[in-house]
Amino acid sequence: MNDSSRSETLPRSGEQSAALPPRLQALGVKVQFGATVALDGVEIVGHAGEVHALIGENGAGKSTLMKVLSGAMRPTSGTMCIDGVDYCPANPLDARRAGVAMIYQELSLAPDLTVAENICLGLEPVSGLFLRRGEMHQRARAVLDRLGHREISTSAIAGGLSVSQQQLVEIARAIACGCKILILDEPTSSLSREDVKRLFELLRQLKGEGYAIFYISHFIEEIEEIADSYTVLRDGKLVGGGTMADTSRAQIIALMAGRQVENIYPRSQRTAGDVILAVDRLRGLTKFKVGSLTLHRGEIVGIAGLLGSGRSEFLRAVFGSDSVQSGSVRVGAALRTPTPAKMLSQGVGMLSEDRKGEGLALDMSIADNLILSAPERVTRFGLLNGGLKSAAARQWIEALGVRCAGANQPIGALSGGNQQKIAIARLLFHDVEVYLLDEPTKGIDVKSKMQIYELMDRLAREGKAVLLVSSYLPELFGLCDRIAVMSRGQLGEARPVSELSEHSVMLEATSTKGGE
Amino acid sequence: MNRQNVIRTLNSCAPALALLLVYSLFAVFAPPGFTSLRNIEAIVRQTTIVGIAALGMTLVIICGGIDLAVGSVIALTTVIIALLLQAGVPPLLAVAAAVAVGGFCGVLNGVLVTRLKLMPFIATLGSLLVFRGIAKGLGNEQKVEAPVTWLNELLRVLQPEHQWMLLPPGVWLLGLLSLTVFVVLRYTRFGLQVKSVGSNESTARLCGVQVDKLKVLVYGLSGMLAAVAGVMQFSRLTVGDPTVADGLELDVIAAVVIGGGSLSGGRGSVVGTILGALMMTVIRSGCSQLNLLNWVQQIVAGSIIILAVTLDRLRQRSVQAN
Repeated sequence: MNDSSRSETLPRSGEQSAALPPRLQALGVKVQFGATVALDGVEIVGHAGEVHALIGENGAGKSTLMKVLSGAMRPTSGTMCIDGVDYCPANPLDARRAGVAMIYQELSLAPDLTVAENICLGLEPVSGLFLRRGEMHQRARAVLDRLGHREISTSAIAGGLSVSQQQLVEIARAIACGCKILILDEPTSSLSREDVKRLFELLRQLKGEGYAIFYISHFIEEIEEIADSYTVLRDGKLVGGGTMADTSRAQIIALMAGRQVENIYPRSQRTAGDVILAVDRLRGLTKFKVGSLTLHRGEIVGIAGLLGSGRSEFLRAVFGSDSVQSGSVRVGAALRTPTPAKMLSQGVGMLSEDRKGEGLALDMSIADNLILSAPERVTRFGLLNGGLKSAAARQWIEALGVRCAGANQPIGALSGGNQQKIAIARLLFHDVEVYLLDEPTKGIDVKSKMQIYELMDRLAREGKAVLLVSSYLPELFGLCDRIAVMSRGQLGEARPVSELSEHSVMLEATSTKGGE
Repeated sequence: MNRQNVIRTLNSCAPALALLLVYSLFAVFAPPGFTSLRNIEAIVRQTTIVGIAALGMTLVIICGGIDLAVGSVIALTTVIIALLLQAGVPPLLAVAAAVAVGGFCGVLNGVLVTRLKLMPFIATLGSLLVFRGIAKGLGNEQKVEAPVTWLNELLRVLQPEHQWMLLPPGVWLLGLLSLTVFVVLRYTRFGLQVKSVGSNESTARLCGVQVDKLKVLVYGLSGMLAAVAGVMQFSRLTVGDPTVADGLELDVIAAVVIGGGSLSGGRGSVVGTILGALMMTVIRSGCSQLNLLNWVQQIVAGSIIILAVTLDRLRQRSVQAN
C-alpha cells in the first residue's frame, strides 16, 4: 500500500482512472528455494475490468508467480494488496476468501459430485444438519445462467461433462463464492475453437462486470485477442509489460525469448524420397472411422482437424495403441495388426498427446524415461549399465538443451517444455525412422517450441519422416509439406501446403459432410 | 437429464440384480432348504456383523481411505465387553465403553493417516496388529468367559414370546444404522464433504473443507461401527475371543466394493454395501448347504467376488462412454 507510487512505473490500461487503487497488486515478489531464485523482485498489477496476460517461457517463473498470487506458495519477500488492502494468503482457501480464484490447467472439480454440489462445495446451504438441495440447485442454476450456459444441468455428474463445461463449472464456482479476481492458467489448451470463442465471450462479459482477470497462455494470438495489458517474465525477472494496443507480436516474442525472432518455423530444402509408411483404409473402432495415407522419407505431413475429430485416434491406430477393425499399416513388410512393440521394432515411434498420463513415467528419472523403449542399448552382459545410461541421458540433455539438475532427477520435477524434450529424445535415442508426433508443442514455451520445430526440420532433412498432429494451423502450415484434414473421423487426402489455405483447411475440418 | 436419471437408477439397481442372480443360482442348485424363510432369516442374521462394519468402511472408502483394522477392533470389543461383564458392569455400560474404545481406535487411525501422513493401507495395517495384540494381552491369549446377559440375545433366533419383533434386535439395529448412514451421506453437509474429499482432495481443501478433521472423524466413525459389529460378534459367541474375526476386514471391504465402492475414493453407497454384504453371506450359506468342502467354498466365493467387481467396472465404463 505504501508502495503504491511504484505502480506508476508499470503502464496500465488506459480506461483506468489513476485514483482507484489496482484490484490486485504485487510488488517486489521474490521466491527463493535454497540457492535458486525462482522469482526476483517481480511486480504485477491487475485492474478491475481488465484482462492482464502473463507471458513467459516455461521456467520463467509464471507458475511460481501464480502460486504466490493464489496462495499456494508464500513468497520469500514482497508485498501484495487487494484494493489497497494488504493481502498475504496462507493457503488457497485464504486466497479464495480474499476473492482470488485460480482456474487450473488440470481441472480440479470433484468428478463424482454433481455440478450443483461442486459449485456449492464449502458453502453448502444447510438447515440444521441437513443440506438444502433445492437451494443448492437454484444457486448453481443462477450462476450458470448468468454465465450464459443454460445447457449445463445442475444435477449432471461433473466427471461426465466435457472439458470446456467442467472449466465453466469451475469458473462458476469461483464466481459463486464471490471471487473478484480470476487467474486462468492455459485455459484453452484443451478446448476446441468453438469453445475458445465462447470462453472469450464469457471473459469479456466478466471483464465488463468488473472482474480482474489474469490470463496465462502460450498462444500469442489468443493474448492479442483477449488481453488489455501484459507482463513478460524471463528467468524469474520482469522483462517488460505494457498495453497490448501498443505492442506487436514480434516485440512480445522478442521479450520472451530474449532475442529477435524473424521466423519461428524453419524450413530447409527437403526432397521426398521412398515411401516409408503406408496406411491403407485403416478403420478405427471409436472416433476415428477410416483413413489412408502414405508418408515418404524426408517429409513432414500434417494432420489437421477439430478436437475430437479422431486425429489422435488415427495416430494411435497407426502405432497400434488402439485396436482397429480392418485395414493395414505397412512399414517395409506388411503388418496385419500393428502393436506398439512391433512398430517400434520397425522403426516407428509415437509421441503421446498425454504427456503426463501416458508419455512419461513421472516418478522415474530422466535417464530411465529416456531409455524406456530401448533399454538393450545401455545393457552390458544382460544387465543395465548405469554408466552407459547416464552417458546417454547426458548426451540428449545437452543436445536438446534440457534444463535439469541431472540425469537422475525425477522427470516430474521438470517444466513441461523440458519434459517434452525428453519424451521426444526417447524416440531419437531409439533411433526411429518415422516420428508420429501428437501435439508435440502443446503447453510448452516458445523457445522450446522453436527447438522442436528445428529438430523436426532436421529429421526430415536427414531422410526420416514425420507425421504431425496439431490443433494449431500456423504450425502445420509453417512446418509441413503436405496436410491431410480429419473431419468427423474421416481422413481426407494429404495435399501439398501450396494448394491449401488456413481458411480451406478450417472449412474442410468443420464441414458436415461425411461421417456419422 | 431424464436419461441420466434413468442410468443412475439402473446403476443403483445393479448390485441388487447381481444379488438376485447369485441367490437364484443357489436356489436352483442347493437343497430346497436354501429358499426357506428360516434360511433367509439366518442369512440376514449372519450378515449383521459384516454389514455393520461395512457401513463404517463405506464412509472410509468413499473418503478415499481404507481401514484394515476393523477385524481387530471387533475382537478387542468382544474381549472388553467380556471383561467388563465379569467385573459386574451393567451390559449397557459395557457396550458403551466398548464402542468408545472402538471410536478411539478409529480416531487413532485417523491421526496416523492425517498427522503422520501415512498411507491409510500402511497405517491401518500397523494398527491391525497393535489392536489384535492388545486384545490378546487383555484376554491372556484365551477366550474370556462372561456371565449371561441380554446381550447374548441380540442375534439369536427369536423366542416365541418375542415373535412380534419379526427379526432379532441386532438385525433391526443394522437397519437403523444403515438408514442413518444413508441419510448422512446423502442429505448432510458432512456426507457431501466426505464424498468430495475422496473424489478430489485438493479441490475439497480449496473449497474450505477441513480435510484432516473430516478424515479423523470418518475413521473414528468406522472404529465405532466396527465396535458395534463387535457387540454383535460377542452376542453370537457369548464370550470374549481375542482371535475372532481374523481377516474379517477383507469380507467387509469386499462387501463395499461389490456394492459399487471404488478404492480410489469418491464412489460407494450404503444400499450397495448392504447388498454386497448379503451377497457374501448368500455365497457362504449356499456353498455350505451344497456341502462343498471348505476349500471349494473359498474358491467359489473368491471367483464370485472377482466376477461381480469386474462386471461392475464394465458397467461403469459403458456408462462413462455414454
